Amino acid sequence: MDRYAEQRLFGFLARASAALIVAVLLLVVGVTIFRGGRVFLTDPAVAITPPGSRYMLDGGGGFLHAVLGSLFIVVPATVVATTLSLSTAVFLQSDYSSERTSDVINMFLNVLWGTPPIVYGVFVLTVIIAVGAQTSLIFGIVAIAIFQYPIMTRYADEALQSAPDAVKEASYGLGATRFETARVTIRAALPGIIAGVIMGFARGIGDAATVLFTAGRSTQMPGGPFEPATTLPILIFEQAASFNAEVRSHAYAASFVLIVAVLALIIASKLLAGRYARFAPGGRQ
Amino acid sequence: MTHDTVIRTDDLEVTYTGKREVTALNGVSVDFSENKLTAIIGPSGCGKSTLLKSLNRLHEIQPNAEITGEVYLEDDPVYETDEPLPEIRRRVGYVPQKPTPLPVSIYNNVAYGPKIHGDYSREELDDIVETQLRKVNLWSEVEDRLDSPGAELSTGQIQRLCLARSLAAEPDVLLCDEVTSALDPISAEQVEETLADLKEEYTIVMVTHSMEQAKRLADDVIFLYLGDVIETNDARTFFENPQNERTQEFVEGHAAVEYDDGDDTAPDSTADAPPAE
Repeated sequence: MDRYAEQRLFGFLARASAALIVAVLLLVVGVTIFRGGRVFLTDPAVAITPPGSRYMLDGGGGFLHAVLGSLFIVVPATVVATTLSLSTAVFLQSDYSSERTSDVINMFLNVLWGTPPIVYGVFVLTVIIAVGAQTSLIFGIVAIAIFQYPIMTRYADEALQSAPDAVKEASYGLGATRFETARVTIRAALPGIIAGVIMGFARGIGDAATVLFTAGRSTQMPGGPFEPATTLPILIFEQAASFNAEVRSHAYAASFVLIVAVLALIIASKLLAGRYARFAPGGRQ
Repeated sequence: MTHDTVIRTDDLEVTYTGKREVTALNGVSVDFSENKLTAIIGPSGCGKSTLLKSLNRLHEIQPNAEITGEVYLEDDPVYETDEPLPEIRRRVGYVPQKPTPLPVSIYNNVAYGPKIHGDYSREELDDIVETQLRKVNLWSEVEDRLDSPGAELSTGQIQRLCLARSLAAEPDVLLCDEVTSALDPISAEQVEETLADLKEEYTIVMVTHSMEQAKRLADDVIFLYLGDVIETNDARTFFENPQNERTQEFVEGHAAVEYDDGDDTAPDSTADAPPAE
């Protein structure tokens, strides 16, 4: 094969794989938005109506309990995980730890990232049983935070590492402390860090396995941090398995809410990251 | 040197212990006089930046740097001291080679040093920002967009911003690491003019690749070669009547054949070509 044929072949493969990804994504998102949208838009109130007492059987009421459950679990979990992961990522930079230490920690983070979420769920469940507690919202927060932590840390670490060394040098050269310099570096790495936080949030809000064993599968409105709660992904699973056709159709509406929320978040993060990228030295991104 | 010495090194030895051990400075003892501009010149990888950064311990950011000897800042030791490192670095400011704004607005770039070191009112900060930007001849170019990102300025403007930022921390000594090497000729000239103004007020230590630049700006010159000080003298004597044979060769441009680029893990091992002068 001559070099131009090689080049054409590679060009074809590259375009084909990109097209495949886009097609699959469009199919999944498109079907959900189309079918979900049809159900949701005929009765948008389902997302803000509390469930009836026999919701799973007759589809009376809506699924506000799961919308709120998702928010009450994933928002605090993201706050906790962001704080922890930023601290860890700063620690992993050369100002605080040797290359060897950060390599070892990064390996653990990669393993954590690769661990199936159900394992976190079972792990937290074991703790719940050991301390004699019951599944509740607070344990859902813990499990989701553990799940998000490695994802966010890896993103933040990459972002901090790709911030130019000269920023660090300039900050130290002005007499900044390590902490002040870390803040400057974080600011320089903010577009990447925001991407990581949004990715963690999106993964957290979409995950069912971690919450299943820890927050329970309540069919009532969340009653407080120590009461059982449920989230949208678990609800969708249960709705889809229902005998009642109306409940099954709600699964599409719930999926629609979930997917639109995630899309909105991603767009918001792009806009936010773009704002901060203007300040990044060298005009990255 | 008859002028008062502000900062001096005493038998300074720096070794980088990475995968390969490299001695960057080999027992260097030099003086830097008050309100003078001292140029450190020499071929690539000869330890120029290391000497510069060791004056305010900035090389310590880099892991694996080992140092013996001492630096005295107005007779206070810089290494064997209880004074917090940030205080030393405030007194000995540093302007990096690559023009790099902090990821904040133009205003906050300049106000950063004052903000971390002192407690100033908004009016005082406004005043400092304007004064320092005027000193580096940047004020008229940015006064109506102080809130826009520092990163949106041109490279030459950014380098002058970096100078203003360093000056705002009120240093006694200003370290300049090849501050014009990344600039186009016109911006470089502007920065040079600024430095020429500044040396009336500040003690400046400048690393440069350009012999011409050293001739234009320097009051004193230190010639480093492979980690050793070969000659240190006032600029006139250095260029017109070099005392050392190697200096003569270097000044005349014959030393170039002996340079060995890329054979150094020191932070100044840039890919820049040796000066052609």
